[in-house]
Amino acid sequence: MNLRRDVFQAIAEPTRRAILLLVASQAMTAGAIAANFDTARPTVSKHLHILTECELLEQKQNGREIYYNINAKKMKEVADFIEPFRKMWDERFNKLEDLMKNYKPKTDTN
Amino acid sequence: MELKTKINAEDGKQDLMITREFDLPLELLFRAYSEPELIEQWMGTKVLKLETKKYGGWQFETTGPKGNLVQMSGVIHEFSQNRKITRTFEMANTPFGVQLEITEFEKLTDETSKVSMHVIYESVAQRDQVLKLPFAQGINWAHNRIEELLKSLK
Repeated sequence: MNLRRDVFQAIAEPTRRAILLLVASQAMTAGAIAANFDTARPTVSKHLHILTECELLEQKQNGREIYYNINAKKMKEVADFIEPFRKMWDERFNKLEDLMKNYKPKTDTN
Repeated sequence: MELKTKINAEDGKQDLMITREFDLPLELLFRAYSEPELIEQWMGTKVLKLETKKYGGWQFETTGPKGNLVQMSGVIHEFSQNRKITRTFEMANTPFGVQLEITEFEKLTDETSKVSMHVIYESVAQRDQVLKLPFAQGINWAHNRIEELLKSLK
């Protein structure tokens, strides 16, 4: 599962996460993406390169411009990896919360 | 909408952090971790043993999805009222090794509190295996928000 490890490295970096959120709403050129960050353009390019390499972003040629698109399929794969684990704990904690809310009247109020 | 339960599991690391905020006073939250009959209800496990003190042991038991018996046990290293529980955790007959769990409790307001659970595994591979475990157990979730969001992207 080499690919997945790379993907997790990619999303561990805050700027790259911000890029993914940005591109999620619409396909953008590298220039348009870079304009949203204070980071130097080559740094943004490097991030785009990493995101493209691990298939979180897709490149599409439109005339002379290259547009970056989010790869929904890959994003879903990554999101799904932790989600069932999170959900399992969320359900446990929801139970705990409901249980203790009902327990409340029985406790002493001091 | 902000997720109530959050998991932070960085790539290549052998630990993870689970955090959750509760609409419960700190004392009630901690009580849910200290009384066997309460643990049994929210964890869905039978509590065979729970010694809530340093050097104490604990042992839980539950029935797995295939009717198999799942046994969990460990030792308590710290049990500080309304503050912190440090324990080891091991699931019998699994390749997941022993985990170290540091659970901290925090008062947010008079009516709200927070739990932070730091889980350290023996290796990165073991952590990732545990993360994937709910898949194997066939836990399904009807409304996966991320899934819906991604569907709407298309």
